[in-house]
Amino acid sequence: MKNQDLNINKEYKYGFTTDIESIRAPKGLNEDTIKFISNIKKEPKWMLEWRLKAFNRLQSLKEPNWQKPKYPKINYQDLYYYSAPKSASEKPKSLDEIDPKILETYKKLGIPLVEQQRLNGIAVDAVFDSVSVATTFKDELTKKGIIFCSISEAIQKHPDLVKKYLGSVIPLSDHYFATLNSAVFTDGSFVYIPPNTRCPMELSTYFRINASETGQFERTLIIADKGSYVSYLEGCTAPMRDENQLHAANVELIALDDAEIKYSTVQNWYPGDKNGVGGIFNFVTKRGACRGKNSKISWTQVETGSAITWKYPSCILQGDNSVGEFYSIAITNNYQKADTGTKMIHLGKNTKSKIISKGISAGNADNTYRGLVDINKKATNSRNYTQCDSLLMGNKCGAHTVPYIKNKNSTSTIEHEATTTKINEEQLYYCNQRGLDQEEAVSLIVNGFCKEVLQQLPMEFAVEAQKLVAISLEGSVG
Amino acid sequence: MLKIKNLKATINEKLILKGLDLDIKPGEVHAIMGPNGSGKSTLANVLSGKNGYELEGEISFKGMDLNDLKIEERAQKGIFLAFQYPLEIPGVNTNNFLRTSLNSVRKARGEKELDTLSFLKLIKEKAKELNIDEKFLSRQLNVGFSGGEKKKNEILQMKLLEPKLSILDETDSGLDIDALRIVADGVNSYKNKENAFLIITHYQRLLDYIKPDFIHVLSAGKIIKTGNADLGEQLEKTGYANLS
Ligand SMILES: Nc1ncnc2c1ncn2[C@@H]1O[C@H](COP(=O)(O)OP(=O)(O)OP(=O)(O)O)[C@@H](O)[C@H]1O
Ligand SMILES: [Mg+2]
Repeated sequence: MKNQDLNINKEYKYGFTTDIESIRAPKGLNEDTIKFISNIKKEPKWMLEWRLKAFNRLQSLKEPNWQKPKYPKINYQDLYYYSAPKSASEKPKSLDEIDPKILETYKKLGIPLVEQQRLNGIAVDAVFDSVSVATTFKDELTKKGIIFCSISEAIQKHPDLVKKYLGSVIPLSDHYFATLNSAVFTDGSFVYIPPNTRCPMELSTYFRINASETGQFERTLIIADKGSYVSYLEGCTAPMRDENQLHAANVELIALDDAEIKYSTVQNWYPGDKNGVGGIFNFVTKRGACRGKNSKISWTQVETGSAITWKYPSCILQGDNSVGEFYSIAITNNYQKADTGTKMIHLGKNTKSKIISKGISAGNADNTYRGLVDINKKATNSRNYTQCDSLLMGNKCGAHTVPYIKNKNSTSTIEHEATTTKINEEQLYYCNQRGLDQEEAVSLIVNGFCKEVLQQLPMEFAVEAQKLVAISLEGSVG
Repeated sequence: MLKIKNLKATINEKLILKGLDLDIKPGEVHAIMGPNGSGKSTLANVLSGKNGYELEGEISFKGMDLNDLKIEERAQKGIFLAFQYPLEIPGVNTNNFLRTSLNSVRKARGEKELDTLSFLKLIKEKAKELNIDEKFLSRQLNVGFSGGEKKKNEILQMKLLEPKLSILDETDSGLDIDALRIVADGVNSYKNKENAFLIITHYQRLLDYIKPDFIHVLSAGKIIKTGNADLGEQLEKTGYANLS
């Protein structure tokens, strides 16, 4: 009943639930749960050992509390760590075998998985609660030697690659949520692009939390071998529920010599209702290593959902001449809180990083940019450019900028610019006088404010993201 | 076209318009002059539907009660206000703004929306008529425009949206001599039997170019004198003090 009531709240159009039978691990965080997950996924022994090691480390770690948004205590023993549609317990071999209810869910979300309706030129991996239910365009990619599959499948079929790279960017004992993920991660995507190969299409993963009282812990690993290129994007939604749900993902990217990875996120988890009840806790660790010379990693994120977001997609610029970029739009409305930014760690010579962050707050929301630019002794002639802009709508919201800079090299250049502006009534009046209604006016002004970031998204998604930006701010002015 | 009867407007508990009557017919040009702070911009704002005023009296536009219409609906129905101080909107490309604006007005009028190409063709033509460099159109809306450039941009928008009633609030202030003539030509070329103008100005020189049918003097929230085009010259000599 509760869910139905919540569905009346029209602004979040992905808030429906799919009524489907699931298999769940028993509640609680313990070795048995981890063994259950590993077992149901038929994982090799080394994987289970890796998980248990992480679990062991977890005992000595504490939840971080330096972030601005505080959150109610999470009872980790009262959560489910694995939930999968019963029909997917044997991974469907073809799209025809997928439960029609799941297909329908993705269709409602605008992500058609059926072959003839699939998005043109975009290969999709769909993750429903804890498992990957479908990957499209597999054959075409396989011809080029590209591996795009769920991480569970990669653990079975490509153990050498997984062993070599998993945890190589986010170590086992990194911090509480990352380590929790290492212990209990359930599914996610795996990508490997062979040397000198340009991935011929966008790769995309669509995450959907459906079950209640369930955490989602996905794990994504992307490796771009020498001279290769890939553009990857992820989207996410969840039903409206009046409980908070935990989402703690880990994403690791590795770019070898002359390789480039472009990673885009459109995050639209359920943000909670107008009064701040419910919504996803989005505590995500994303990190990329530019391991080879001349490599490049570019993060673009449009964060509009979740009750609380903490994420700092980062680049470790190891290779000489490597480049790291971070383009971000974070929108918070009502009682949402976001603390997001990036870390750019310059280790190699002539490394370059660029940070463009656009924070928008409305209602009673709070938005923090937190970033670190760390230039090492050996990183001669390295450069960073940072620009942080905040846009405020109304008087009750907040925006904060916390840029840390550590520079141990005198030949490096660091530039930082920051602005805070307020959408004012006069600007809206001007737009109205030219025939635009309130929504069009807000959308125009806000999209103008975020333009530099939206331009970074692949075309199809830029249009979607633009609409999403407008919807997230609906009713926040006037 | 526009009928105002005994209009009173209050903002922040201050009565600004104190009972104002005005009747504008299609094809007419009305000028409003008057001392600083007499309520000229207030009248313009009230006609456009700006929020924040407490109103009394009647305003009808083409037979509709204006009080029932939102700001954008008035704009879509043909009321255009060239602002005394046009707003800067950072990040918003001028062309994009103009196109969005034109298309919402066209949509409301039941016309087809213009695609990017047809729009660009149209806007280039209009810009040329006003001697506006195309480069301005790809800049952020009014950001860093000089005072005169902003005013010209207002007239460009007027010509683009083809309103029925154009209210120009001190569009001539800040224009150089050549720009003044270009803007006046712009207005004159758009003048026809169907549309009307309400021109707020402090200076006779604009009215030398755009011949008004009526000149009204607004003082302390009331129209204290109405005359023909000659009134302007007379005021230039005598000032407002000796009127009443
Ligand atoms: N929001 C407000 N609160 C209080 N008083 C206001 C407000 N807005 C305008 N006023 C006052 O109303 C009066 C009329 O202002 P208005 O801008 O209409 O004058 P104007 O005739 O256009 O003057 P100018 O020739 O200088 O442009 C002024 O005394 C002004 O200070
Ligand atoms: Mg004025």
